[in-house]
Amino acid sequence: MSETKAVTSTLAKGITTGLRAAMDRDPKVLLMGEDIGKLGGVFRVTEGLQKDFGEDRVIDTPLAEAGIMGTAVGLALRGYRPVVEIQFDGFVYPAFDHIVSTIAKMRARSLGHVELPIVVRIPFGGGIGAVEHHSESNEAYFAHTAGLRVVCCSNPHDAHWMIQQAIECRDPVIFYEPKRRYWDKGEIGPAPTRGLFEAAVVRPGTDVTVLAYGPMIRTTLQAAQAADEEGISIEVIDLRSLSPLDTDVIFESVRRTGRCIVVHEASTFLGIGAEIAAQVQEQCFYSLEAPVLRVGGYNVPYPQSRIEEEFLPDLDRVLDAVDRLMAH
Amino acid sequence: MSDARPWADGGPDMIQLLTPEGEFVDTAPQHYRDIAARLTDEDLRGFYRDLVLIRRFDAEATALQRQGELGLWASLLGQEAAQVGSGRALRPQDFAFPTYREHGVAWCRGVDPVNLMGMFRGVNHGGWDPHDKNFHLYTIIIGAQTLHATGYAMGVQRDGDVGTGDPDRDTAVIAYFGDGATSQGDVSESLVFAGVNNSPIVFFCQNNQFAISEPNEKQTRAPLYHRARGFGFPGWRVDGNDVLAVYAVTTAALDAARAGEGPTFIEAFTYRMGAHTTSDDPTKYRLSAEVERWKLRDPIERLKAWLAHEGKADRAFFDQVAQEADALAADVRARCLALPDPDGTAMFEYVYGEDHPVMTAEREAFTAYQESFEGAH
Repeated sequence: MSETKAVTSTLAKGITTGLRAAMDRDPKVLLMGEDIGKLGGVFRVTEGLQKDFGEDRVIDTPLAEAGIMGTAVGLALRGYRPVVEIQFDGFVYPAFDHIVSTIAKMRARSLGHVELPIVVRIPFGGGIGAVEHHSESNEAYFAHTAGLRVVCCSNPHDAHWMIQQAIECRDPVIFYEPKRRYWDKGEIGPAPTRGLFEAAVVRPGTDVTVLAYGPMIRTTLQAAQAADEEGISIEVIDLRSLSPLDTDVIFESVRRTGRCIVVHEASTFLGIGAEIAAQVQEQCFYSLEAPVLRVGGYNVPYPQSRIEEEFLPDLDRVLDAVDRLMAH
Repeated sequence: MSDARPWADGGPDMIQLLTPEGEFVDTAPQHYRDIAARLTDEDLRGFYRDLVLIRRFDAEATALQRQGELGLWASLLGQEAAQVGSGRALRPQDFAFPTYREHGVAWCRGVDPVNLMGMFRGVNHGGWDPHDKNFHLYTIIIGAQTLHATGYAMGVQRDGDVGTGDPDRDTAVIAYFGDGATSQGDVSESLVFAGVNNSPIVFFCQNNQFAISEPNEKQTRAPLYHRARGFGFPGWRVDGNDVLAVYAVTTAALDAARAGEGPTFIEAFTYRMGAHTTSDDPTKYRLSAEVERWKLRDPIERLKAWLAHEGKADRAFFDQVAQEADALAADVRARCLALPDPDGTAMFEYVYGEDHPVMTAEREAFTAYQESFEGAH
């Protein structure tokens, strides 16, 4: 998997070109979703693909998420590699049964006879002033389910390469896309930088390890910049994979810094941060200078957009957590 | 014959080739009579043998559950003709998506019956290779398999295996489900997807009158076969206890699917003679008089009477099938009891196809924990 030269792209178009490359490479790859054909999806991520690959491979489905996911199972049984677009995070729930009861379990229940290499793309998260059900972060539901893998991209390069790696994976992958970063621009390198399930240290530091993913990477990098001006060195790690977690990278960093914060938009209760906090205290107990902290959404339904900025973690809330840790 | 519940006799639209008394229905639609007429005497004796053997297998499985050898069993008693008639209409390249009660279809596809016992004994969740006999794993989530079947049929279309005219290539899919499942959104969505895609699929609904304890009236206001027209394709009600009619109607529907004419909905009107499963107690919600009436519509007796009357089978044949059935029961009993319990580490196998650190770590921890006990193997 490599291309000849680096290009500048938005995150959304990085996925588009990644999908195109995967479809060029493997005729069994097909896309399914609502409005992904002529319209190119509500975020235009599939723009132009139906024109080039035809209606059989870029399928405008009926408006029924359970139907999309259930038929994706059948197509995978027939040897296809469906990439399903869920239009918005909050619309995945009708498909939940097929994801957790069928897709996650099929390999185990068939004793390895059946693999369902399905990718479910979910634009997720808030900050875009949307109406209800369009701003949710539901990754923990899927990360909790054995048999699934859950990843999240945060920049155009990863978006482009991770979607291709997800499609090549033999296991089902839930692929989270930070919708408010769709229009962020960056350089896409000629080859993937690392494996799909590896975390990346995106800013080295020595005092505090801040773990984040997706839309919160930009936020935590800004916080790290601000902290640096106050003489606090923050190491920012992009988790990239939420299931499995790249605990080697996480533990190595926390053992060095002795302090750990997990940042995500999702509610903190029983979220990714809770799992990481538990594992870090099990594995890095004697290295910790302070308790592991979580900075996340409050444990409420996603609020109305006029107050969503109060709900979402931002630079100040990350720095507040840093200050609390440094006080130990 | 009068029944307390509406539609209890199937109504005037029900397609039937053999009456409960074993008489051929000369007024049945010509098309279906023609399909039945193409069956050889050997085919017909084969149907009888299938019906008897699968009923005997089913009885043995129920007995094994009563003796504590299976955790549960879902009996097909009364539904043998619906399953054998449809199962024998399939070609090798066709693909069947069952519920958890399709023992007769599994039999027709050549799946080893002992495989069906594995999940009820708790040694696996099914575990056969669906591609081996084009028979998918049993699905317990009610109605989910109708969407899986529809997606598979969409794949068949993309492979170009529809409407070529090559009888060994053109492929149909059959989705089995019950009357209760028709209330699930998945079933309605599968009818939508199959309809708009004109997919090569047959929706085969065994209306056995009950979803555990709830009768048809709790699931639907309209007869189930009426639904198909709302989705844009034909729906038929067939006497599910008449193996000839089921075979003929399913054959016609599968032929249409393979030819590219799209989906068909078949409601096989039958009756669940036993309990929902061995954990159920139907005496709490239905009258024995109703069960007695349905005994008179038994799928095996009517075929036997017709075969004997037509001189297509004799006493020696019937006796031989009975002996074969007992031998099958003894064989599956012995092999069921010999099914090995899996090792505890089996739970970590096959969860992921590629390396997964949690699986590796937990398997190692589990093994170390087991080995920490004195005398552990």
